[in-house]
Order: sequence, then structure tokens, then C-alpha cells
Amino acid sequence: MKLNLKLKISMLAAAVLALIAVFMLIKLGTNLEYILPRRFKKVLAIVLTGGAIAYSTMIFQTITNNRILTPSIIGLDSLYMLIQTVVVFVFGSMGIANANVKVNFVITLGIMMLFVIALYRFMFRREGRNLYFLLLVGLVLGTLFGSMSTFMQVLIDPSEFLIVQDKMFASFNNINTDLLTLACIILALTGLYASRFTKYLDVLALGREQAVNLGVPYDYVVKRLLIVSAILISVATALVGPITFLGLLVANVAHQFLRTYQHKYLIVGSMLISMVALLGGQLIVERVFTFSTTLSVIINFVGGAYFLYLLLKETKL
Amino acid sequence: MKLKLRYLIVLLFLLSIVSLFIGVKNVSPLDLFSLTEQQKQVLFISRFPRLISIIIAGISLSITGLIMQQLSRNKFVSPTTAGTDDSARFGIMVSLLLFSSATTMQKMLVASIFALLGTFIFIKILDKIKYKDAIFIPLVGLMFGNVISSMTTFFAYKNDLIQSISSWLQGSFSTIMTGRYELLYLSIPLLIIAFLYANKFTIAGMGEEFATNLGMNHKLIVNIGLVIVALVSVVVMLTVGLIPFLGLVVPNIVTIYKGDNLKNTLGYTAVVGAIFVLVCDIFSRLIIFPYEIPISVTIGVIGGVIFLYLLVRRKAHEA
Repeated sequence: MKLNLKLKISMLAAAVLALIAVFMLIKLGTNLEYILPRRFKKVLAIVLTGGAIAYSTMIFQTITNNRILTPSIIGLDSLYMLIQTVVVFVFGSMGIANANVKVNFVITLGIMMLFVIALYRFMFRREGRNLYFLLLVGLVLGTLFGSMSTFMQVLIDPSEFLIVQDKMFASFNNINTDLLTLACIILALTGLYASRFTKYLDVLALGREQAVNLGVPYDYVVKRLLIVSAILISVATALVGPITFLGLLVANVAHQFLRTYQHKYLIVGSMLISMVALLGGQLIVERVFTFSTTLSVIINFVGGAYFLYLLLKETKL
Repeated sequence: MKLKLRYLIVLLFLLSIVSLFIGVKNVSPLDLFSLTEQQKQVLFISRFPRLISIIIAGISLSITGLIMQQLSRNKFVSPTTAGTDDSARFGIMVSLLLFSSATTMQKMLVASIFALLGTFIFIKILDKIKYKDAIFIPLVGLMFGNVISSMTTFFAYKNDLIQSISSWLQGSFSTIMTGRYELLYLSIPLLIIAFLYANKFTIAGMGEEFATNLGMNHKLIVNIGLVIVALVSVVVMLTVGLIPFLGLVVPNIVTIYKGDNLKNTLGYTAVVGAIFVLVCDIFSRLIIFPYEIPISVTIGVIGGVIFLYLLVRRKAHEA
């Protein structure tokens, strides 16, 4: 059984490598110095965000003991859109924050982190431990942010609205190199920090009571893992834009494909699947649809359809 | 408590008069007996239709919310949190795609079918969920709604319809005038049916076994309720646009004071719903006068805050 799992993981890894190779080398042309670094940046961005989203969703689903939730639903996507809209609304499309992508990235990330920490602090102090309650509050806040952004989007100039609309859909084109480095560092540090807790995940999956019985400092670990998962999602969103259903899709595919409860395989597997999905999707968008649609729209569509299928097929939720 | 309803109706009446005389074109109550031609037109083409549509929309959405909560036996279910709204929007998009110049009737038909389908799927999902936590169910509903709207986005993006679709996202009474809102009248007969079936909905809300024991065709009643909900939601969405949280907040507030018997609460819910929308509309028209904020934003913000309060309050009671 163990060999089988390792084999599956290696197959996924091989698929990722093959896709990267295709992505880098397809229709290469002659202008190598220009094309290769550009494509490399794209691949790096895809690998980073794909990995981060998958990791974060896996943790999140284990903590919440639920396979139909994703961390973006606590309102992070809507908050991201609200921040981008406010920036364009206040500073205009030529504004400072927009011209300097680094400042925008740092501010966006900062606000999202503040939001998550404030939400968690408030909820954990007042409500004890009902996670679903926390999520619903987040979701409602997300709708609130959504209403406010829609309102501002109506007021801004149509040509400036196009800039906001661009941000609505995640895109891997034109990613700033410095941002990529910065995101790399943040993700690496977060991953390192989280690795201290990943050994608990198998036990956490048994539910709160069992985990406490088995000697896991439950509240301590869960709070930290929730924040880790929020950081990962925020970095990914601030880097490329919102892809709400990617995590949901890959985490569930990983469960179905690997059929195991060991998180060391599940996490690696879901990260690899996520990269396959993004790389393959990006290839299809570029070569088949020739950019007539965006990757995040396709991923959300496929992820959403799969989610519906899960909801209707599974007998127990 | 009969007295209280009377007060509410008086309040609604007073607010309606206020609403009639707010606007960019100045029409004061003193002018009533010496209206110029222009003032007459303002009143009859714009102000009256607006007032009527506000009242109908407020009543309709609150009552659909109440019916859904009764039937699903969950206080936090409403067209917004059950995928009905998103499915309706999906249907509108499909009708735009299939018949490029769809008439309102066509849009309404297709959208209703989709809204109905979406709501049925949600009810089906509810049946499967073992963990019937009051908070978990709206969570699933909202996720379900997100999924549906991601599909809408997929097709809309491919066909350059994003903008026309997002206009359905924004509820607003500012475009209401004679000739553009009459569809709303369709919800009146539906609401009358809802009133007639009030008792049966209450019994259906006690659970399938109980209702069947009392000799009722549970399935039929639930289906009638859902059809009413879907049709009314579509009618309001096509004329006014999406108004989030309304069907959630108003019935919950009324239930706190009046309990769960639909026969007692329907009237209050209707009047409170109308007052709520009217107040929010007056507010959105005054705050950046002479411009106005779309009603969906005002209610989205106010309703969202009230909903959060209700959630926290409920938890506080449990503890």
C-alpha cells in the first residue's frame, strides 16, 4: 500500500515536470533571452500559488473536519476585491499605490492579515470553539465587502473600471519579479513554521475530542494552523488574484486519487495536483482558447461543477 | 397585539408620503392642489411607481424568506442563502444567450425554471446533510450559490456578458417608472396564495412525519411553497435587481417578537418588510443627494450587520 502511494506521488511529480517542460519549450521561436525568463516567471508563479492554495485548503479542511469548505470563504476574496477597488477609487488608475505594485502587494497583504487576525481573535474570545460560526461570520462579512465594492465600482470611471475588472480574475501574466521573490520568501517561512504542526494533522482529522484525548494541544494548534492557512491564501490571492474553487477541487481530487488519511501524502499530492491543474489549465487557455477566457474562470467552473457533483453524490456530508 | 400592527401600517403610510415628496424635482405636499403639468408627470410616472414597487418588493422578499425558513426549518435560510438568487441570475444569463433579444416574459420563464431547479437542488442537498447544524446549512447554501455564480461567470465571460449580468446584481429603484415595473404585480396573486396556505406551511414546518400524520400531503405543500418563492424572487430580480439579506433579516426580527405561527407572523412580516425597504430607500436617496446609492448596497450593508447581530445574539442565548 505504501509503495502504491509513493508510486502515485511520483507519477504526479513526473506529470508536473513534464507539463513544466512543455510549458517552457512549446513553440519556442528564436528570441530565447526574452521568452525563457518570462515563461520561467510564469511557471514559478503557478507553482507557488498552486502549492500554497492546495496546502492551505488541505489544512483548513482537516481542521474544520469538512471537505466542502475552502479558506477563501471567510471573505478574503471579497476583501481583496474591496481593497483593489478602493485603491482605484481613491487614487485613480494612475495613483501611487497602483503604479508601485510592491507597495500595493504589501498593503493588500497587510490588510488581509489584519482582517484575519482580528476576526479570529474576536471570534475565539467570544464564541469559544464553533468553527462554523466563525466561517459564517466571515462569509457574511465577505458579502458586505462585496456590496461595498460593487457600489464603488459603479461610481468609478468606466475606463478605470477596466483596471478593477482585470483584478477580478486571477492572471499569471505580467507578474512582477520582485513580488515573486517576496512571495517566495513569505511562503517558505510560513511553510517552515507550519511544518512544526503538520505532524498533528492526522490526529486532528479524528475530530476535537479524540485529538484532545490523544494529547494534542488542540486550541493552540488549530489557531496557529488557521492563521497559517490564511497567510498562504492571502499571499496567493495578493500575488495573482482570486481563484476561489481551486483548493476545493484539488483537495478533493487528492482524497479520491490517493485514498489515504496520511497527511504527509495528502499534502504533497494535493500540491502536485494543484500544479498540474494550473499548468495544464494555463496551457489550454493559451494554446486552445488563445486567451479568449481566463484560467481562473475555467478553474472556478470546473471546481464548481465538481463540487456540485460531490454534494449530490456523497451520501454523508 | 392587534393594535401594534395598526401602528405599523400607519407608520408605513406616513413613510410612503415622505417617500413621494423626496427627489430631485421639487414637489411639496403644498403643491398637491395646484400641480403643474411637470409635477404631475413626475408624480405619476416616477414617484408612484417607485413607491408601489418598493412596497411590493419589500413585502414579497420578506415573505419568501419567511416561507423558506418555515419549510426548511432553519432560521438562516433565505433566497440569498439557498442559491435561489444565484440560480435565477444563471437563468437570466441563459435566456440572454439563447434568445439574443429576449422579451421580459421569456427571461422570466427561463429564470424561474432555473431558480426553481436551484432551490430544489439545495433542498435535496439539505436532505443529505446529516449534520443539521443551524449555522452549517446557510454555509452550504452560500457555497452552493457561489458555485452557481462561478458557472454564470464562465459563460458570461466567454460571451462578453459580464457587464449585463452584473447589472442584475445591483438592486435599484432609480430606474423604476411607468412601463417598466408592472411585472411586479405578478407577485401579488402569488402572495395571496401564500397567505391562504399559511396554516399548511406552519404544519409542513413541523416535519414530514408530523405533517403526514395530520393528514397532509407534505411534498405537495413544500413544492407549492418553493414554486412561490422561486417565482417571486425572479419577478423582483427582473424588475428591481438583487436585494441581499432582506428575506433573512425581516422574518427573523418579526419571529423574535411574534413566534413561529405563520398565520400570526405573515402580516407583520409583510408590513415590516415594506417599512424596512422604504426606510432604506429614503436613506439611500438622501445620503448623497441629489444622487442616490443603489438599494442593494444600503440593504446589503445594513442587512449584513443585522444578520451578524442576530447570529451573535443567538449564540449568546445558547451559551
